[in-house]
Amino acid sequence: MSTPAIEIVGLTKDYPVGFWRRRSRRALDNLSLAVDSGEIFGFLGPNGAGKTTTLKLLTGLIFPTSGTARIRGRLIDDIGMHSEIGYLPEQPYFYDYLTARELLDYYARFSNYTAAERRARVGRLLERVGLASAADLQLRKYSKGMLQRAGIAQAILHDPPVIFLDEPMSGLDPLGRREVRDTLIELRKQGRTVFFSTHILADAEMLCDRVAVLAGGKLQGVGAPGDIVSLEVHAMEVLFELPPSHEVPPVFAPNVTRIGARCRLEIPEPELYAALDELRRCKARILSVSAVRPTLEDYFLRLVNQQPNKPLRSGLEVALR
Amino acid sequence: MNAGVFATRLPGDRAVGAAPVSVAVNTFREAVRDRVLYNLIFFALLMIGAAILVGKISIGIDRLVIVNLGLSAISLMGLVMAVFIGVGLVSKEMEKRTLYTLLARPIRRWEFLLGKYAGLLLTLVVNTSFMTLGLAAALLWVGRPFVQTDWLILVAVYFILLELAIVTALALFFSCFTTPMFSTLFTLGIYLTGCFAGGIREFGDLSQSTGLKLFARVIYYLVPNFHNFNAIAAAAHGVKIPAALIAQNTLYAALYVALLLIASSAIFSGRNLK
Repeated sequence: MSTPAIEIVGLTKDYPVGFWRRRSRRALDNLSLAVDSGEIFGFLGPNGAGKTTTLKLLTGLIFPTSGTARIRGRLIDDIGMHSEIGYLPEQPYFYDYLTARELLDYYARFSNYTAAERRARVGRLLERVGLASAADLQLRKYSKGMLQRAGIAQAILHDPPVIFLDEPMSGLDPLGRREVRDTLIELRKQGRTVFFSTHILADAEMLCDRVAVLAGGKLQGVGAPGDIVSLEVHAMEVLFELPPSHEVPPVFAPNVTRIGARCRLEIPEPELYAALDELRRCKARILSVSAVRPTLEDYFLRLVNQQPNKPLRSGLEVALR
Repeated sequence: MNAGVFATRLPGDRAVGAAPVSVAVNTFREAVRDRVLYNLIFFALLMIGAAILVGKISIGIDRLVIVNLGLSAISLMGLVMAVFIGVGLVSKEMEKRTLYTLLARPIRRWEFLLGKYAGLLLTLVVNTSFMTLGLAAALLWVGRPFVQTDWLILVAVYFILLELAIVTALALFFSCFTTPMFSTLFTLGIYLTGCFAGGIREFGDLSQSTGLKLFARVIYYLVPNFHNFNAIAAAAHGVKIPAALIAQNTLYAALYVALLLIASSAIFSGRNLK
C-alpha cells in the first residue's frame, strides 16, 4: 500500500487563554484522517471549527499539543517536509512593496533554483495565473482577486506534490472562483494532492473526491460528497398542475408550494403512490416526480445547528481511515 | 503513485546561508522602498546648516563642532532606526501574516531571524556610511584639510555601528515575544541603562546595602555597557583610541549579539503563529 499524501494521527491543539494563561481552549480535538495522493480533499466546517488550526499545524506554523502528522511520510516537524508542500493562507497578505514578479522570485530562492530557472518559472507561472500584464506592478496596487492569484502562484511555484489552500475562493467573484476551480482540477490532473478548506459547499461538491467535516474542533465525518448526502433520508418531490376549477386536496395543502400555475408537493417516499392516486383523482397533470436529495449544504447547516461535540447522525458512516 | 514523480529540492541542496541572505536582501529592499533612507536628506540638511553656521560663529573650533554634531546625529538617527525598525522585524511580519507563506517554505526559523537581523544591519551600515560621507563633505565645506587624527572619526563611526548592532539584536529579541510597544520600551530602557552602566556600578559600590550592591553588579554585567562604545568626544578632540579597546568592543559586541540571536531563535522557534 502506498504512503498517504497526508496522514494525521490524533492531532490536538490547545491554546492557553486568560490573563495568566492557565486555562486552555481546545481548538482541535484528536483529529485523525488520511488523504491519498492525487486527491482533492475538502475540509469543511463552520467558523471556529478548527480548519485553519489544522492547516497551520500541517504547515508547521503552530505546534501540536499532542498527536502527529506526516506529509508523504515526513513528519511535520521535519524541515524537509516544507519542500513537499505549497500553502495559501486565508486572505493572503504579501510584501506589498514588491511586485508579483519580485515576490515569486523571492520565494523561489528558497527552493534553490538558479537565476535563469527562477526567471523562466516565475514568468510561466505569472502567465498561467493571468498576472503577466500586472507582473511589474507593486502588490499594494493589486485587487483582492489579483492577490489571490498571486497567492496561488506562490503556493504552486516550486511544484509541490501537496498543496494546502485555506479558503481559496473566499472573496472572489464568480469568474475568479471559476479560475481557481480550473486550477485545482488542473493540479489534480497533474497528480498533485490538494487539501483545501472552504465555506462554499457547491465548490466542495463539485471538486472534491472526498470531504471531511469538522465542528467544534472534532471530526464529524469523512467521505465522498455523494456518500455523505446519499445516506440521508430521501423525500419525494412531485410537480403538478391542476385544472382551473380544482383546488389542492386539503390533505396535501400544508406540503404544497405554489409556483404560478404549478404546484410542488414534498412528501415522504412511502406516501408517494397514495399521493399520486389522489392527484390523479383531482385531474392533476403530473409534470415530474423526483427524489429530493439533501445537498452538502443541508448537511452542513444541520451540523452547525447541532451540538458541536455530538456526532451528527448514528447512520452516517464515518469513513475514517 | 510514484513518489519520484515530484522530485523536490530539499533544504540540504541549498547553499549554506542562502536563505538568510535572501531574507536579508528583502529586508534591505523593504527599508529602501519604505523610504527609510530619506533620513539621509535630513542629515544632509543638518550638516549643510551646521557647516554654514560654524563658518560664521566659530574660530578654530569648526572641526570640533562639526565632528561632535555629525557623529551625535549619526548615532541618534541610527539608534532611532535600529529601535523602531528592529521592534517590527518579527512582529510586523506576524501582524501582517507575511510570515505564513514564508515559513511554510523550507526555511528554518533561526535562518529567518538571522536574515531579518542582517537585513536591518545592512540598512544601518549603508545609512551610516552615507552619513559619514556627509560628515566628511561638511568638514571639506568648512575648508579644513584632512589630518591624520581624522581616522578616529572612522573608529567612532565603527563603534556606533557596533552599538547599533547590539541595539538591533535587543529589539529583535524583544520583538520575538512581546508587542512592538513593549519591545520599544524595553530596548530603549536597556539602552539608557547601558549608557549609564558604569555609574550604576559605582552607585552600588558606594551603597551600604549588600543587596543593592549585588543588584547594581548584576545590572552592570547584564546590560550591554554602551559607555565603552562612545568615542565621539575622543574623535572630536583627536584623542588616541587604543587598539585594545577596538578589539575589546568588537569581541564584546559580537558575543552579545550572538547570545541575543541564540536566545531569540530559541524563543521564536517554539512560538505559535496565530
